[in-house]
Amino acid sequence: MTSARIRAVWAVLTVVGVIVLFWYAASVPMNIKGVLTEFERAGEQVDPPKAVDRRNMSEFELIVDNPYAIDETWEQDRPRLPAPHQVAEELWDTTVEKKITSKRSLIYHSWVTLSATLLGFAIGTGLGILLAVGIVHSRVMDLSVMPWAIVSQTIPIIALAPMIIVVLYSVGIQGIIPKAIISAYLSFFPVVVGMVKGLRSPDAMQLDLLRTYNASRSQGFWKLRLPASMPYLFTSLKIGIAASLVGAIVGELPTGAVAGLGARLLAGSYYGQTVQIWSALFAAAILAACLVGLLGLIERSVLKRMGIAQ
Amino acid sequence: MIPVLGAIGVWLLGWWLNGRLASGPYSDTRMVRFLAPLIFGLTVICIWELVVRGLEVPLVILPAPSVIWDRFWDSLPTLWLDFVQTIIKGALSGYVIGCGSAFLMAIAVDRWDFLRLGLLPVGNFVAALPIVGTAPILVMWFGFDWHSKAAVVVVMVFFPMLVNTVAGLREATAMQRDLMETYAATYWQSFLKLRLPAAMPFIFNGLKISTTLALIGAIVAEFFGSPTLGMGFRISTSVGQLSLDMVWAEIVVAALAGTAFYGLVAMIEKAVTFWHPSQRG
Repeated sequence: MTSARIRAVWAVLTVVGVIVLFWYAASVPMNIKGVLTEFERAGEQVDPPKAVDRRNMSEFELIVDNPYAIDETWEQDRPRLPAPHQVAEELWDTTVEKKITSKRSLIYHSWVTLSATLLGFAIGTGLGILLAVGIVHSRVMDLSVMPWAIVSQTIPIIALAPMIIVVLYSVGIQGIIPKAIISAYLSFFPVVVGMVKGLRSPDAMQLDLLRTYNASRSQGFWKLRLPASMPYLFTSLKIGIAASLVGAIVGELPTGAVAGLGARLLAGSYYGQTVQIWSALFAAAILAACLVGLLGLIERSVLKRMGIAQ
Repeated sequence: MIPVLGAIGVWLLGWWLNGRLASGPYSDTRMVRFLAPLIFGLTVICIWELVVRGLEVPLVILPAPSVIWDRFWDSLPTLWLDFVQTIIKGALSGYVIGCGSAFLMAIAVDRWDFLRLGLLPVGNFVAALPIVGTAPILVMWFGFDWHSKAAVVVVMVFFPMLVNTVAGLREATAMQRDLMETYAATYWQSFLKLRLPAAMPFIFNGLKISTTLALIGAIVAEFFGSPTLGMGFRISTSVGQLSLDMVWAEIVVAALAGTAFYGLVAMIEKAVTFWHPSQRG
């Protein structure tokens, strides 16, 4: 590693370290009132002793008055803000320690969400690429469909999600398909817009060159337009898969689904299980990071073989 | 059966019309560029109406556009209250706070190299995460009212805005910076006169991405708990009561609000970055 690289790694580690420290520090004032209430119920000496008196006091005053309670703010069962190690423990517990088939295993829930995400993403990108090809080759479609595809980017179309779930449920379709449909249409539009841009990226000079070779339209597509669109495609794929994952998670909210990361979030928020919410959130974050990272790796190797990237 | 045949007829007519427009002599004029998508949209709505009526699709599956239209005008006061609660109070205040603090943070990040090295990868990473998931936590902390929705929006828009602004502030070339140096410009002079204007296209890119994110955040956060008004609340309860015309009316509002919000930012961009190649011609 070069020294610049090492410096960058240090910088990232420092920032992450500061965030973790800040998180620990924030847990104390966030949880102190709950901790003191627990202590009071357990019959211990708390200053001031009445919950009514504590309600209007600032958190920092309470910390100064009850410094012995600080440790406990990082160990509560249902804290307002769980400490990092509590979330890490819960993550470890629900992934490694539990059997994959268990209803409490986060791997099981992640898989439920991931399968819908991937199915929807495949449908959405497939259709998106097809529409982009149509738009590039047909002036009618370009004129009539493209503006709507662009406008759709400015609309929170995720608001359709609850309706799709319920309507499909009422006609007897449930499980993975409704979630996949939401994921599909969320990834569809970014792919259309990015892919159209990509397929149009060859400049007039390159197109003219192919014309002098007497290349047919389909040759022009396969040998010039499609390869030239790859960088754009991967950029929009990364946006698309992140959107797909959000779609699958939101798709689990309205019916009170029993499985999936969204269901874990919702159940956690109903029952005040904050540690569960945070661990589900981190599972979703790790999942998103893996998916985007995987696409990034594929992008790197594809572009490298094509000679576009170093 | 007749409405369904009518739908096929409308489709063919719309296609023929747009085909004529696209291959006609005026296909590059602004008029056609405006008309063609309009005809396409109207065709879709007509087909929708005719198919729903022709096949007698029940209201709980897909309401006809005319039903949605009636519902929209009938419940305008409700929709307006929901709009104020979700868009004005939740999304807009969160948008201003989030983008403003990200901008200030970006200046700090740009000033200290160490911060840029450390925070930018983290910011890029976070920008790809499903941040809407923080909604249940923030609703728990800030209560059911719009404050929690604004908080979700702040978290959602912060990192895209930060990453874009930092990229923009590095946009001025070494040559241009050197020129400022030869003028003996101070840091803030060169910041205000050179680097901030040069960063504007990037900043507006971040602001435009954030408009959609803000609406998404505000609406989805309401699925986790809200007072008895708001667009997300109305959507989830109306879905529960199977009054889908109301859901569609809210979606119309969301679409109008989203487009208007984006359009407004794009208009300001046009006025501010009139010098940029993408805005000329």
